[in-house]
Amino acid sequence: MEGLLTGLDTFLIAPFRDMASLPDFLLQVVWEGFVSGILYALIALGFVLIYKASAVFNFAQGIMVVFSALVLVSLFDLGVPAWLALIITIGVMGLLALTIERVVLRKLVNQHEAILLMATIGLTLVLKGAGQLVFGGEPKSMITEELGLSTGSTDWEVFGGFVIFQHIDIAAAVIAIIMVAALALFFSRTRIGRALRAVADDHQAALSVGISLNQIWAIVWFASGIVALVTGIMWGARSDVSFALEIIALKALAVLILGGFTSVPGAIVGGLIVGIGEKLFEVYWGPMFGGGVEAWFAYVLALIFLLFRPQGMFGERHIERV
Amino acid sequence: MLYREAGQFKTTYADDQALLPIAQDRIGLLLILIVAFVAMPMFASEFFLSSIMIPFLVFSLAAIGLNILMGFAGQLSLGTGAFMGVGAYSCYKMTTIFPDLNILIVLLLSGLFSAAIGVVFGLPSLRIKGLYLAITTLAAQFFLEWCFIRIEWLYNYNDSGAIEVPQRMLFGLAITGPHATPITRYLVILSVVAVMTLVAANVLRGRIGRSWMMIRDMDIAAELMGIRPLFSKLSAFAFSSYYCGVAGALMVFFWLGSAEVESFDINHSFLILFMVIIGGMGSLTGCFMGAAFIWVLPVILRAIPTAFELDILAATMEHISSIVIGVLIIFFLIVEPHGLARLWRVGKEKLRTWPFPYAN
Amino acid sequence: MNIKKLGAIAVALATFGVGMPVAQAEDTLFIPSLTYRTGPFAGGGIPFADGFADYFNMLNERDGGIGGAKVVVEECETAYNTQKGVECYEATKGKGALVYNPLSTGITLALIPKAPVDEIPVFSMGYGLSAAAIGEKFPWTFVYPTTYWNQLSSILKYIDANGGVKDKKIGFIYLDVGYGKEPLPLLENLSESMGFEVAKYPVGVKEMQNQSAQWLNVRKDRPDWMIMWGWGAMNPTAVKEAAKIRYPLDRFIGNWWAGSHNDLNSVGKSGKGYLAANFSGIGQEYPAVQDIITHVVDKGNSKVASKDDVGNVLYNRGMYNAVVLAEAIMVAQAKTGTKSITGADMRYGLENINLDDARLKELGLEGFTGALKGSCADHEGAGSVFLQQWTGDDWEKVSDLIEPMNDVVRPLLEEAADKYVSDKPDFKGQACG
Repeated sequence: MEGLLTGLDTFLIAPFRDMASLPDFLLQVVWEGFVSGILYALIALGFVLIYKASAVFNFAQGIMVVFSALVLVSLFDLGVPAWLALIITIGVMGLLALTIERVVLRKLVNQHEAILLMATIGLTLVLKGAGQLVFGGEPKSMITEELGLSTGSTDWEVFGGFVIFQHIDIAAAVIAIIMVAALALFFSRTRIGRALRAVADDHQAALSVGISLNQIWAIVWFASGIVALVTGIMWGARSDVSFALEIIALKALAVLILGGFTSVPGAIVGGLIVGIGEKLFEVYWGPMFGGGVEAWFAYVLALIFLLFRPQGMFGERHIERV
Repeated sequence: MLYREAGQFKTTYADDQALLPIAQDRIGLLLILIVAFVAMPMFASEFFLSSIMIPFLVFSLAAIGLNILMGFAGQLSLGTGAFMGVGAYSCYKMTTIFPDLNILIVLLLSGLFSAAIGVVFGLPSLRIKGLYLAITTLAAQFFLEWCFIRIEWLYNYNDSGAIEVPQRMLFGLAITGPHATPITRYLVILSVVAVMTLVAANVLRGRIGRSWMMIRDMDIAAELMGIRPLFSKLSAFAFSSYYCGVAGALMVFFWLGSAEVESFDINHSFLILFMVIIGGMGSLTGCFMGAAFIWVLPVILRAIPTAFELDILAATMEHISSIVIGVLIIFFLIVEPHGLARLWRVGKEKLRTWPFPYAN
Repeated sequence: MNIKKLGAIAVALATFGVGMPVAQAEDTLFIPSLTYRTGPFAGGGIPFADGFADYFNMLNERDGGIGGAKVVVEECETAYNTQKGVECYEATKGKGALVYNPLSTGITLALIPKAPVDEIPVFSMGYGLSAAAIGEKFPWTFVYPTTYWNQLSSILKYIDANGGVKDKKIGFIYLDVGYGKEPLPLLENLSESMGFEVAKYPVGVKEMQNQSAQWLNVRKDRPDWMIMWGWGAMNPTAVKEAAKIRYPLDRFIGNWWAGSHNDLNSVGKSGKGYLAANFSGIGQEYPAVQDIITHVVDKGNSKVASKDDVGNVLYNRGMYNAVVLAEAIMVAQAKTGTKSITGADMRYGLENINLDDARLKELGLEGFTGALKGSCADHEGAGSVFLQQWTGDDWEKVSDLIEPMNDVVRPLLEEAADKYVSDKPDFKGQACG
């Protein structure tokens, strides 16, 4: 009985006591979680955009993040001014979107979604090989300052302690919010955006009112290419631009489960839950398991969540009929 | 002309239900087995056996495991690597706890642990389908990987966190450990894989296998027709994980000789997934073809610069082989989503009417 | 794709299996180089492989090889993956390979049991299994110039000399794989005998670039010193995160795989003050490095991206690996009296190596590293490390060579070696006089 009580205490009560005892530190943990959550959300957003319009589960989103950041950095290394490099990179992502649509997707219309998923896994391999072939495998540093992003930090004194805010993290948050707002506007206010939603709702109906599926697909791939670029810049600034980043992108899959495959707000909220949740868990509960629990926390959370709500937080309930 | 079943009459039900009803197929299989069991050990070089045949057989078995789940039961999984790990670690634990137990028995028992873990992580499949399920299998992958690192008991508190294969004998011959020759290791693996493939072929065409296929084709309809989804799905997970587990144990004990957790990482799961896709979902022959293709192609590509004395960096070939495999996967999905196995079947059909394709 | 093509593949395979080239030409020395120019750790693998290959190329160009026999270096790409490493081993061992440098702890562990059977030594320079330092137990494995355990003891000595280690809290942040966990037993042992507290921060391979949780824990625990066993993308991320939480970087010490130019270049100014252990010299000033530039790099025969990369920490370490091998080959040639040698001769050469200061000067490497002398029992040389500090754009040597605590570490290594062979009755050791 005694043992059980102490066990309950260490697992259920002590972590919260820790949180309360150092409120400034708790705030810092939450902020760090918030920032990584935003980055997860951005990757997830790329997935959602494509899935919504074409029911393609784009496994290559992670490598697109690395690829776009590599193009940007390598162009700069070749002596191209930062702003021009950024524009060219956007152009490259557009070209990539067109190629993918023309060469892969158009040929796979109407296939089962598992097959489409595997096609994007094939795409991942191609981009990975081509990226390393062209740019080399060494990690490169992100041209943060050249892009006009500050690398400094600001302290906020609070609760008798302090919380450090990196400017780049603040920028990531602001840019993410602007991007989501822009996407929301784009979806609801523009012609293409409405066409996109129509395609998402019903391919055939959209086709019959004269919406070009091919065009829409190229546009969503382009849009998620830009999302990938922004993610690549932000994450690259936090560490390095290297192919190891690709694995982190897998965590966005857990985010997708929480948020649902088709919901933009779901991706954001899911990202924040995973980001903040895993930091809190790692910092306050991790030591009990010997640390490193971040590696699976997101997935196991998603798994448990799925058992109770298979359609995700914002997904629509799917009723199957024979 | 040669490959034609005309004149082969089946007079009993047993004949009709034979695994290979056509005589030419039986002869072909026999030839393959003779080549594999007799000719290979006699003529193949040591490198060919230990770097091509042994990995090929191990991966074929793992691909069969994944294919049972994906191709026959329709449940997508990205956790194959981790299930192989469960098999490898349990084999290691058992053989160090009971060193006198025959290693082959240990090997076959280790699959049971993998099967049990597979059932646990298969539970969500009762509620979740398709891509969502694929992502939950990632939870299995990452959680198990973490366990392989954090639970030190699994690798006997080894400082380096790796499992090292001890020497085990069979009929007075070393079959594991550094003193086991490639030929003995090859023959052991070949026998295990051959027997397990035969078992799989029979299970798949039996009652259980058919219930898996019904679940795959439409689970609600299958349920209405009296198939219990709980039993079918979980048995598919158990069966598949058993095969993966044995493949993992084979990989460590008869191929690598030692393993760290990276030997079972997510890339490993993908590798086997590619084999299943290229080989063909829902085909046992396809598993062998896919494994051969995915494993051997890079080996050949890597040998090209040395063979032709080209001054290409080994790393460049690595990138190129990654691109080539990626392109091939996409190509197959577009041109022949049923993989190499389907091409094989088409080829056989053509062969039946050859040399007069319009005669019928 | 049809049957014909499948047939073609089968034919290609068959010729491949049978027609492997078995013997190299008469007077060459074949050295396979297991590299990783791809994958998550490529950043460290590339300069190391360049330095390794360039030194042998330089010897071929300048001296016509070693003792008149040309050195053939064949690279095999492992991507830091054990399966591929084992495949590389199988593919090259038949070509008369003299020695293997696995360049990964996982591959080293896989090759250690194979070495005595195939009679090809394994030289894991400063990585792999620390216990392999015990020559009686591991005749075919070498870990010159020193082991992870000795290195850790040197680092702790440095801490002790700079403010004492007793009653301090030492944080250990490590890559959560075999490599990173290797020194843990020693750390725990020393924490008792030297009286300090240890806080451990594992970083998963997949989380290498996502370390904010670990560093938040560091901020909470406030260790007096941090020691890092990192590799690849983990290193720059860790230094950046440390700077972010305002951890004093001059109290943050990386091991010798966590202190290269490739790691810190991307960190730049904000990494100023970060310390790292090292055992190979930095820079291009050494005559041997100059020779490489004249004979290889300037002629365009090197794979380095730019000439400035020559002399970088990892480039020089790869070169040092080649230096040790070249010296061992010379010892072996002197013993056998022939130009071409076997793996067993190579083992003799490695075991009887004696790179003292005079010899290093002859090789054009004066002051590059400490003296190295092997013996039958001692396969690590108990070499010393020095500490270097990042100035914001380059590394600067800041300490003399720090001797390891041999008296403490050696018994522990022996214990570990005994443990390794205890469940392997077939693992043959050797008796040393």
